[in-house]
Amino acid sequence: MALTLEQVRHVATLARLSLTPEEEQRFTTQLSAVLDAVDQLQALDVEAVAPTCHATLTSSRLREDVTRPSLPPEKSLANAPAKSDTSFAVPKIIE
Amino acid sequence: MQLTDLTMLELAAKLAAGAVSSEEATRASLARIQQVDPKVRAFLRVDEAGALAAARASDARRKAGGPASALDGVPLGLKDIFLTEGVETTAGSRILEGFVPPYDATVVRLLKEAGLPLVGKLNMDEFAMGSSNESSAFFPSHNPWDVSRTPGGSSGGSAAAVAAREVFGALGTDTGGSIRQPAALTNTVGLKPTYGRVSRFGVIAFASSLDQPGPMTRTVADAAALLQVIARPDAQDATSADAPVPDYSADLEAGVRGLKLGVPREYFTEGMDSEVEAAVREALREYERLGATLVDVSLPHTKYALATYYLIAPAEASSNLARYDGVRFGLRAKDARSLRDVYALTREQGFGAEVKRRIMLGTFALSSGYYDAHYLRAQKVRTLIREDFTRAFQQVDALLSPTSPVPAFKLGEKVEDPLSMYLMDIYTLPCNLAGLPGLSVPCGFTKAGLPVGLQVLGRPFDEAGLLRIARAYEREHDFFRRSAPL
Repeated sequence: MALTLEQVRHVATLARLSLTPEEEQRFTTQLSAVLDAVDQLQALDVEAVAPTCHATLTSSRLREDVTRPSLPPEKSLANAPAKSDTSFAVPKIIE
Repeated sequence: MQLTDLTMLELAAKLAAGAVSSEEATRASLARIQQVDPKVRAFLRVDEAGALAAARASDARRKAGGPASALDGVPLGLKDIFLTEGVETTAGSRILEGFVPPYDATVVRLLKEAGLPLVGKLNMDEFAMGSSNESSAFFPSHNPWDVSRTPGGSSGGSAAAVAAREVFGALGTDTGGSIRQPAALTNTVGLKPTYGRVSRFGVIAFASSLDQPGPMTRTVADAAALLQVIARPDAQDATSADAPVPDYSADLEAGVRGLKLGVPREYFTEGMDSEVEAAVREALREYERLGATLVDVSLPHTKYALATYYLIAPAEASSNLARYDGVRFGLRAKDARSLRDVYALTREQGFGAEVKRRIMLGTFALSSGYYDAHYLRAQKVRTLIREDFTRAFQQVDALLSPTSPVPAFKLGEKVEDPLSMYLMDIYTLPCNLAGLPGLSVPCGFTKAGLPVGLQVLGRPFDEAGLLRIARAYEREHDFFRRSAPL
């Protein structure tokens, strides 16, 4: 299926990507080509087939719900681009 | 023969005999890196101080009479997707440049506990998305067999480093062929374990239902030994398998007499390089000579695997990569004034073209109005692909095929054509969709001297069977002894 430029812009907004005009053009062409290629799945009758949602081949592991040591704040914040005391800092969102 | 030409197990034997120290082996590895890596460019960063400290600790342990494991002291490289406490980890992306993990991945912890010095972090396609290492944000790695060509991807730096004898072995990850394809292109052994066999905790996520770490080595026995160290249930990975871990080396030399080996007809298709096909067909005849029975099998949904994969993997990636938002770690766009700009500008500046392409594709496949037609449908076809394998394994013990349809291609050849790049994984990605183990073992060279790989696919948790089958071939053809012309 062919994607329109508007669809590409909408998807970029959903994906929180601020694309350049050149990227919007390029992705419109390239993603349309990929979607054409994956369109072959439409030919299969999968009405009665259950989806595979994960690849786990044994039962899932569960652990006891007990508290364990976790990273101290200074380690958790060590890579933060901006921080304030023991918090990650971002631009003000409420005026 | 140089020290760096030894296999992991040969080095381990010399360490055990006291003929060489881990510090000597690690220094040899570091010297080899200095000598050939300007041409190969396998490493994103070398941790000389950390590796030498670990080597000296290993030597001290051995002197005190207590090596930590059979591989104590054997230097190893890590794909830059594994979190290493205190050592920068980028997954080949600008968005993680400067990120220094506060903890080790479970497999890194296991390697450290087993005493293996970790010499550095190896180049990869950005977030493991690619088949040539060219989507690395930093530089492409080169194939030691012909430096104008790709070593494959996404674990291309790992494969190149092992093939160039810069390290004795390495860890990679495989989401659609990222261990096996580069192994095939570099005359090395690559093993993608069963989904859940090796912990994903601390492994930077690409597609969580497909990703699996595994060994990349020069020999089958080395792969078995390395898998022995990392195959472990892990309470910190909810998808980690409880299945018992066997002794992967116990049956290595048991041969293939009496085994039924399937040859899936859908894996011998048009578009395959004729020299690759000839080498693989010759390997099939070798298995017959060794006493195995070849069985023609059909995996009828194979032709849908690529489309299925390129909906599921990008969908999972678009979700996993939402965490790179400029808030907690990595890059933050300098010119962002609002929180929304922090997200959108950081991601625009931090991600490369292939990653953006896949995030866009995955976001689209999951978006309202398209979810049922694309993502859900792909999940259903995934079931059909799994069932193909289940039926085949009722007839045969394992499946044999080429690993890659072509030998190493020129750097730059496919970069502008994503679809032709995606075709590099047609024989490897069905295995990930089904969660099965798969292995690539060297099976010869083209006339131009480029390596060819044979793929062995097996039943869930039958890594030991795959290793045994691959070893039977390797015993007759020790291609791993050939060294790349560097």
